[in-house]
Amino acid sequence: MNRPSAIRAEAAARLPELRQRHAAQFAAPLGRRLATGLAIGGPVLLLFFGLWWIDASPARLWHGLGQLGTFAALMVPPDFGTPERLQIYLHALAETVAIAFLGTLTAAILAFPLGFIAARTVVGQRVVHFLSRRFLDTIRGVDTLIWALIWINVVGLGPFAGVLAIMSSDIGSFGKLFSEAIEATERKAGEGVVAAGGGGLHRIRFGLLPQVLPVMLSQVLYYFESNTRSATIIGIVGAGGIGLHLAEQIRTLEWQTVSFLILIILAAVALIDVLSTALRSRIVGNRVAPA
Amino acid sequence: MSRTVPRLPDATLAPLSRAYAEAMAGRRRQTLLGGVILVLAVLVAALTAEVDLAKFAANFDRLPAYVSRLFVFDTGPATGHSVFSDPAEWYWGLARWGRLLAETLLIAYLGTVVGAMAAFMLSFLAARNVGRWPVARFLAKRFLEFCRTVPEIVFALIFVVAFGLGPLPGVLALSIHTLGALGKLFAEVVENADMGPVEGAAATGASWVSTMRFAVVPQVLSNFASYALLRFEINVRGASVMGFVGAGGIGQDLIEAIRKFYYADVSAILLLIILAVVVIDMATERLRHRLIGLEHRA
Repeated sequence: MNRPSAIRAEAAARLPELRQRHAAQFAAPLGRRLATGLAIGGPVLLLFFGLWWIDASPARLWHGLGQLGTFAALMVPPDFGTPERLQIYLHALAETVAIAFLGTLTAAILAFPLGFIAARTVVGQRVVHFLSRRFLDTIRGVDTLIWALIWINVVGLGPFAGVLAIMSSDIGSFGKLFSEAIEATERKAGEGVVAAGGGGLHRIRFGLLPQVLPVMLSQVLYYFESNTRSATIIGIVGAGGIGLHLAEQIRTLEWQTVSFLILIILAAVALIDVLSTALRSRIVGNRVAPA
Repeated sequence: MSRTVPRLPDATLAPLSRAYAEAMAGRRRQTLLGGVILVLAVLVAALTAEVDLAKFAANFDRLPAYVSRLFVFDTGPATGHSVFSDPAEWYWGLARWGRLLAETLLIAYLGTVVGAMAAFMLSFLAARNVGRWPVARFLAKRFLEFCRTVPEIVFALIFVVAFGLGPLPGVLALSIHTLGALGKLFAEVVENADMGPVEGAAATGASWVSTMRFAVVPQVLSNFASYALLRFEINVRGASVMGFVGAGGIGQDLIEAIRKFYYADVSAILLLIILAVVVIDMATERLRHRLIGLEHRA
């Protein structure tokens, strides 16, 4: 206890001298200090401003949490009502899975050529690369629910609009992921094919595809699972699936049915997760899932 | 150098080529079986999802028609003219939309920050290498799983009933989903951290909290920030549709414009959203590269 304070006292006594000797340590540049202050203070200020803006007063939060507690108590036990309702819900769940499956599959098929076009290593044209990337970004910038609303105008209400909505938003993601997978491939295999007398298409078929196909398949399977989750909600805007019933039951405060619906959604997603993981490890071997 | 390729005698060659043919036939059978299963699955799914290709083909011209109609005024003095002829009229509601877009970004920001802070705390409990209490780890993992499996819009629907309309339920819904998604990623980062400093800190007699603070946090912070930025980008997209269920942001005006067929407004709002998403995409990518660069230098 004694020694540190002795050192401290000595240091304090010699402070002016130390300050002079190690000027750089004591006088951090004003600009940097300001930048650090801003980098920490700005976000914190924004956080408090935001909390004020959205009216997150403790009283309101407390009241809402109380309400949530009441809802949670009303949710048990989960109940589906009559057997006819059960049949409707199960059919809607099947529809949801079908929407996710078809949407993912068509998106993958359509994004396959796009991925090659957007890959820098296959199409050398910078303009093509830039334009196709921006195109894919724009598609990705629109949320699935918005796509669903747009497609409803084309094919009418119902699950088909949902399939097209999942497909549209996934084309953007797949196109980007596929092109990145293609850019990350080893070029030597393609060079070997060319050296053996193969043409451009041969290079892609025998030098590129065997490398990227497993990666692509694994990404598609991964998206199938996350799309099942998206497909559960597009019913909210009328594009088929279980979301319509879920939104309806929440709005009419039928909490027991709500908890039942959430439970079967969780079960379906878990089942598909297990299935796609099994398939993925069969196809790809034990490669890691893409982040 | 020999000029001829050595040729195996037929007697040796025959069993080899038979084995090759058999192996190839086996593989082909398997591929064929997979293909048949896939086609069956597609058929069943198409029936369930009421896919009607004839209707699709018949109505397909509605998509370009719809898109081109989005860019034509349908009310006011400029009816029938392209929106590009009068941008001021096109963006008549810019002040309101700008405010709503800012609110959308704010919802995404708050959702990300609140969710990331909660994920930060839970990730240390859920990580296999530093989590000390198995029960807490199990509970934390299941809780995170639940948070990320239930879609954020479902949370928003429930919270709108509990907390009332406005951006607050949107922020809460996004933060819960963010907690689930980031909690898992953060825990994985912590699991990959170097355990040397942890042992060092433990050897000095540090408590669990200070071990985490001084041995783990400095290693993982830049990765955490990078993932949080990525999540922010996703949340901007999510926040843009929160208004669909009354949970604040620009979605409210968008769905109203779509439902009431205010075509020019739809395109104006959509373009604003896309612009915001692309700008934030590019900005966060810059920041993330800088963060990752920092880590490599350290």
